[in-house]
Amino acid sequence: MNQSIHPAFHPLALPPLHSPRWQSTSAAFALGVKSALSSILALVLFGTFIGVGAFAHDTGFTLGWAVASTVLVWAGPAQIILISTSHAGATVLESALAVTISAIRLLPMVVSLLPMMRSPETKMRQLALPAHFTAITVWVESFRLLPHVPRERRIAFVNGLGCGLVFLSCVATMIGFGLAANLPPLLAAGILALTPLTFLLSTARNAHRLVDKVALALGLALYPLVQLLHTGVDIMICGVTSGTIAYAVHRWRKRA
Amino acid sequence: MTGIFGDGYAIALLLFAGFLSNEVWRVLGLVIGGGIDEGSEFLVWVRAVAAAILAGVIAQILISPPGALATVPDVVRYGAVAIGFAVYLAARKSVFAGVVAGEIVVLAGKWWMG
Repeated sequence: MNQSIHPAFHPLALPPLHSPRWQSTSAAFALGVKSALSSILALVLFGTFIGVGAFAHDTGFTLGWAVASTVLVWAGPAQIILISTSHAGATVLESALAVTISAIRLLPMVVSLLPMMRSPETKMRQLALPAHFTAITVWVESFRLLPHVPRERRIAFVNGLGCGLVFLSCVATMIGFGLAANLPPLLAAGILALTPLTFLLSTARNAHRLVDKVALALGLALYPLVQLLHTGVDIMICGVTSGTIAYAVHRWRKRA
Repeated sequence: MTGIFGDGYAIALLLFAGFLSNEVWRVLGLVIGGGIDEGSEFLVWVRAVAAAILAGVIAQILISPPGALATVPDVVRYGAVAIGFAVYLAARKSVFAGVVAGEIVVLAGKWWMG
């Protein structure tokens, strides 16, 4: 199967791999920022963080706290869990436990993303910032865009992508905090519906290999069953099971 | 004492329960992923798990929708994703076209049925 991406289907704003525009790291960083601002996932983040800002406001946190949580935590679901558990009277330790369980999903994302940015000369500390920026949106956009970025510029590019998305999300957090949004229900529903639609279609587009397609389809099919168990780690159980079955299919096909 | 980040409790909550509890998995990912070769078979499995986790997140949002999305009838939510996916395929894998189609279904469905 042809794994290359036809330019007519996926217009990219990025210059060709050998373009002189990739010659400096600062230019690569700037292209990362630009990609962040033109990404459809930026819209999803904007909606998500308006929600986070409004929620922080309604539960009595300060604006500074809300924005700092977006920069430091940089994971919408974890921030919602942090705010809601604390608001419900949980201790810091209980909130920490709830957040860390939701954050396990970041592990396979970071592990699978960093090798795309590495070269033999790369030092571990250069990957620290890209690791921090890794969340669903950056993971999805990196898999789409990094093949079009020269390897030695990928770290700078992802740092630009991450900075752009975090900046935008901070602005959204502030707007949400300021509006303390009682958005009209129709608009609020439309904004929230962006997340599943965009995540699904972006991931489907990125799944060029059979193993990734099978993993995506199985994950969707298995979650409705796994969630009946109410384990608290349903998503991890679903992910590891579906991913492993997809990998087994991949091995079996390679052998056959 | 209350500063721009709130009182001592709010700051401790943010740094310990928010930042550290979340970041520990990224740091572990850095330690593991920082030394793996891009072509390794292990990575094929990890990426499949990551994709399946994302699928689980999507399914979770559809089955137990947050906030105002819960006011959209089930059939409209599932229909929006199905139609969004069909349009994405029909429009030669255009994410934008698929998202717009799905949004139209959600908004129209909530307008008429919600």
